[in-house]
Amino acid sequence: MTPLQVCLLVSALLFAIGFAGAVTRRHAILALVGIELMLNAANLNLIAFWRFGPNPGALAGFIFVLFSMALAAAEAAVGLALIIAIYRHKKTSNLDEVKELKG
Amino acid sequence: MSLPFLITAFVTLFAAAAAMSLRNLVHCALAFVVVFAGLAAMYLQLGAQFAGFAQILVYVGAIAILIVFAILLTRSGETPNQAVLAPGWLAGMMISAGVFATLGWLVLNSKALPKGSSEAPVVTVKNIGDVLMNKYVLPLEIIGLLLTAAMIGAVVIALKEPSKTDYSGRKT
Repeated sequence: MTPLQVCLLVSALLFAIGFAGAVTRRHAILALVGIELMLNAANLNLIAFWRFGPNPGALAGFIFVLFSMALAAAEAAVGLALIIAIYRHKKTSNLDEVKELKG
Repeated sequence: MSLPFLITAFVTLFAAAAAMSLRNLVHCALAFVVVFAGLAAMYLQLGAQFAGFAQILVYVGAIAILIVFAILLTRSGETPNQAVLAPGWLAGMMISAGVFATLGWLVLNSKALPKGSSEAPVVTVKNIGDVLMNKYVLPLEIIGLLLTAAMIGAVVIALKEPSKTDYSGRKT
């Protein structure tokens, strides 16, 4: 295996773990944490392609990771504010018990 | 691939599995910090020093603290008594295993992966600043606007609502 393939396999496993956590856990905060793990797996992919790609001097993947980190910070702030607001209204943060909009 | 990278990757993946499977949410948050630190170490070993330090600043310094605050504000710090898994958890695990199998098969068998140079590119902070201020200046401004909007939105969403009794004439 080349180093690029090792990086991609690690990030694929991290993505799968994050996906499993986001789908299977009942707590809203852990679903958000799982989404953060998936974002981080994508960041590792971008860094690996930048490092082992044909033109690392252009810095495209590197800048992409910086922007993606800023987006992740904004997403975490809004998501945790939503979780706190839902907790204040319903006194629960279990995803199964918040189902008013379910058809 | 070098041995330190493999050790870092193993620690990171183990901490990720722990963060997603522990019952106590505070322990999950601590494992989450280990995942972020491990990813930062992997960035450092891949030659992306600036991204590694930004990862530590943003994730370990800000997002992990936010998550701990949210855990404590929603009073979910103690170990729950009821089940922690959602009803359809088996299907979720199978789908995620399928995702990993597909991605792994593609990575191992793809012919489109670049055969790049093996020496680490030299990236200085001056280079990054040059690129950010020339080629990517518009995305940078948009990210600044988005962070401002997200901050104001988060404050408005989490703000304490005025109680209903204020409008009904009664003293609260």
